[in-house]
Amino acid sequence: MARIAWSPLTFYRKFSLGDAILLIILIAFIYAISSLNFYYTRPEQTLSFDLSPSKLPLYSLFSLLRMFFAYCLSFLFTIVYGYTAAYNKRLEKILVPLLDILQSIPVLSFLPPVFMGVLSLFPNSRIGLEITSIILIFTGQAWNMVFSFYHSLISIPRELREAADITGLNKWQRFWHLELPFSAIGLLWNSMMSVAGGWFFLMACEMFTLMNQNFLLPGLGSYLSLASLRGDVAHILWGLGALITLIVLLDQLVWRPLSSWVQKFKVEFTEAEETSESTVLLWYRRSRILSFLGGRVLGPLSEKLDSYFRAREKKKVPETRSPFWVKLRNAVFLTLLIFLLFYGFWGLFSLFLKLPLSSWGRIFLSALATLARVASAVLIGLLWTLPVGVKIGTTPRLARILQPIVQIVASVPATALFPVVLLLLINLAGGLNLASILLMLLGTQWYLLFNIIAGATSIPKDLLEAASILRLKKWDLWRNLIFPGIFPYLVTGGITAMGGAFNASIVSEYIVYGGKVIKTVGLGALITEATSSGNNALLAAATVTMALMVVLINRIFWKRLFKLSEERYT
Amino acid sequence: MKLLRLENITVSFTFPEGEVDVLDNVNFYLDEGEILALLGPSGSGKSTILRVIAGLIRPKIGKVIYKGQELKGINPGVSMVFQNFALFPWLTVLENVELGLKGMGLPPQVRKEKALKAIDLIGLDGFENAYPKELSGGMKQRVGFARALVMEPDILLLDEPFSALDVLTAENLRNDLIELWIEDKIPTKAIILVTHSIEEAIYLADRVLLLSKDPGRIIREIKVELPHWRDKKSKEFLELVDQTYGLLTGKPLEKIPFRERKPSLLPKVSVGSITGLIELVHDLNGTADLYKLGEDLLMDVEDLLPIVEASEILGLAEVQKGDFLLTEAGKKFAEADVLERKELFRELALEKVLPLKQILRVLQSKSNHKVPRTFFLDLLRKRMSPQDAEQQLDILIDWARYAEIFEYDDDRDELFLPEVAVPKD
Repeated sequence: MARIAWSPLTFYRKFSLGDAILLIILIAFIYAISSLNFYYTRPEQTLSFDLSPSKLPLYSLFSLLRMFFAYCLSFLFTIVYGYTAAYNKRLEKILVPLLDILQSIPVLSFLPPVFMGVLSLFPNSRIGLEITSIILIFTGQAWNMVFSFYHSLISIPRELREAADITGLNKWQRFWHLELPFSAIGLLWNSMMSVAGGWFFLMACEMFTLMNQNFLLPGLGSYLSLASLRGDVAHILWGLGALITLIVLLDQLVWRPLSSWVQKFKVEFTEAEETSESTVLLWYRRSRILSFLGGRVLGPLSEKLDSYFRAREKKKVPETRSPFWVKLRNAVFLTLLIFLLFYGFWGLFSLFLKLPLSSWGRIFLSALATLARVASAVLIGLLWTLPVGVKIGTTPRLARILQPIVQIVASVPATALFPVVLLLLINLAGGLNLASILLMLLGTQWYLLFNIIAGATSIPKDLLEAASILRLKKWDLWRNLIFPGIFPYLVTGGITAMGGAFNASIVSEYIVYGGKVIKTVGLGALITEATSSGNNALLAAATVTMALMVVLINRIFWKRLFKLSEERYT
Repeated sequence: MKLLRLENITVSFTFPEGEVDVLDNVNFYLDEGEILALLGPSGSGKSTILRVIAGLIRPKIGKVIYKGQELKGINPGVSMVFQNFALFPWLTVLENVELGLKGMGLPPQVRKEKALKAIDLIGLDGFENAYPKELSGGMKQRVGFARALVMEPDILLLDEPFSALDVLTAENLRNDLIELWIEDKIPTKAIILVTHSIEEAIYLADRVLLLSKDPGRIIREIKVELPHWRDKKSKEFLELVDQTYGLLTGKPLEKIPFRERKPSLLPKVSVGSITGLIELVHDLNGTADLYKLGEDLLMDVEDLLPIVEASEILGLAEVQKGDFLLTEAGKKFAEADVLERKELFRELALEKVLPLKQILRVLQSKSNHKVPRTFFLDLLRKRMSPQDAEQQLDILIDWARYAEIFEYDDDRDELFLPEVAVPKD
């Protein structure tokens, strides 16, 4: 497999379509960054910007850029947090449950602390605002990625680890040759979910109200927010169109090729049936730019880094620290942690003390209302996804036709559709209530559907055939074969859907539409309201209530079902 | 100076339930130019010994001395071939083999040359750019060998490298290894092979160490002084195999520590396997040579021994000088029909397996004839490790279900007596 020495000639030979796509992306990014810069140097602007559709490509780029940075941040965070949790036995006990809690906190609740923190670092600057928005998007993305990475790390087979150890790979090499490849499939899958979640909350992350002050960043989300704030249907539709285009493009140019490529990191040692093929991936594979980057830049660079880290690892003397110092370090660490915990608790507690009893009553009622909405959204979702998903999963022909369509439909963020939905329902009795449930449904039914399809596909063919030979009645078929077969998947889908629905409550229960505030009783509404009016005590209390509710439901309800499904149905 | 020496190695693993000794005071040496086999049933810690030598596991007590130096960290002079290959599925054959050199910090060109050479040596040329999933089991293990050999280790550690392969492929690869070894095509100075196949050990090794289990100890050393290539049909070879078999089954040398295991532990065997073996031996006129039996059934000692042991415990059979003999009860059992068999099994089990009788007593004395699983688990735990207790209870339940002594409700985790069974006894 001799490689021909590189010369300019090979570079000129032939550009593939993949090269063209890469170049376009590169140019677009450079342009976006420079315009953003120009934008920031201008003085303070009012809460409005040009809604003309011709500006949409630029706004899309701004949003894309924000998503990109937020994703990079999430990725870095994932690596560091996941690594620490998996390898530090002491910290693992804290970090993993903490993740569970962080995951259950809705995006908007992070806003005030993030905003304060960032603004104290970048006072009076738009950059600060930009960073706030990016961090907000990040808070909706990172957690499931971390979970996935952590879980991959701790489930690396022992023999692979030992092979890496015996061949003398250092930590750096082990990361690139073992840990990252092993986690790749899970990470990609969760990245796709995370970015989809990012689009869902884009509107909330680009335009927000904090302490009765409105903040707005130019982007697709704020375009949609502003248009719906004005009740401007034409512009809502324009924005929606741009968003859908962007998401479909991203799906075709980034996610699909990636998920096709990532198949090579599958760990099963037998050849499985070929999964999704991507033409775009083929273009990239033939791309001159990429093969140049791979062979001439990344290859040598990784060699350099390898030898650098080797030298560093060698210099390190084997651990000679005495137990005393280790003990001291641990003690200091523990004290600090206890102190921080105590400090946090005290802060929260004193906030709670400020809250009148009536507010607690309101929180309680709101929690019940939101719970009822979430439950009905999940139930309605189940009602239609169960038969449809099983049908698709058990009929391969149907799956081939419908799967791509469903994927595109599912990738449209429900929040963008929301103004349109609202427009239709707003005049009905309990319009927002209905609309809110509908939004939760729109946002979370896909988790159910995809999981049910996956579960139905996994039911062995011969069992289905046996059932038809036995002439099982429909009900018996469901009870004895289909339901047990999809149950574990159903539980996984249910957990995700429920968590998503809770999160969605903050954008669906409190809306500014056509210049007026429309709200209903609910935790989400409470959180949004508290954020915009700067009522930190109420915000903290409502957030804690929601987190507590989600964690409790997961622990008590879902975990039991999960255990049952593991014991009985696998 | 010995190439490698293990001194008083004791290893224990910590489980949530407590500490369990895996190796107890293991001592041995390795000379240059020899193949050493570690032979023993599962649970004898033979793989653990390899990992201690490789520096992957640190012993609780004792030390490993390699070339006169006490070992700290990963052993620089070894490489290892794994039972399930341990290939990186996302790397091609060439990249997998090259990985063995990456840790040494060699430049890419040198790495590639050496890797290609190793691939040639082991007979993989043409497959350089294939991914492991495209290869058959035998080819995968060849990659495993190439990856280990490319590092040019002093000591090659083989962790049951042939046990995941089918018989012919394994034979083929074994012979290729011997060829590389006796023709000095590899710079390896010594090989340690872990196996549970007696024949494999005698075929390959110059010296065989027998291990006992729970915890692992070295109980015997057998020297194999036959020159390579060895003839598996020769009298000397078969004698050595028989002798080793005798040592492993605990007869005729009655008192070796192999039998030192706690007496009340039942082997993990289903009733179906016991019935199968008894029927088979009955068809062979009630007696069979154990080694021959294992060979006929293509079963390793490791798989056959527990069934033999269970038959002995139940009094269905005896082992004498490497032969498996049915008792009177065993013959009756083999000839009985399904229901009679259950009845017979019930009688024997209640007579010979004390815990079954105890559980039945407890269940009978409770007014509702139901007792939670944890109750018996706690009882068993007083005499054995928590994992053992779980396993033992599962075996007891399996046997009891077959013999209709009591039943078990998996949803409620309860042992109970069905209505009809109460008046009995």
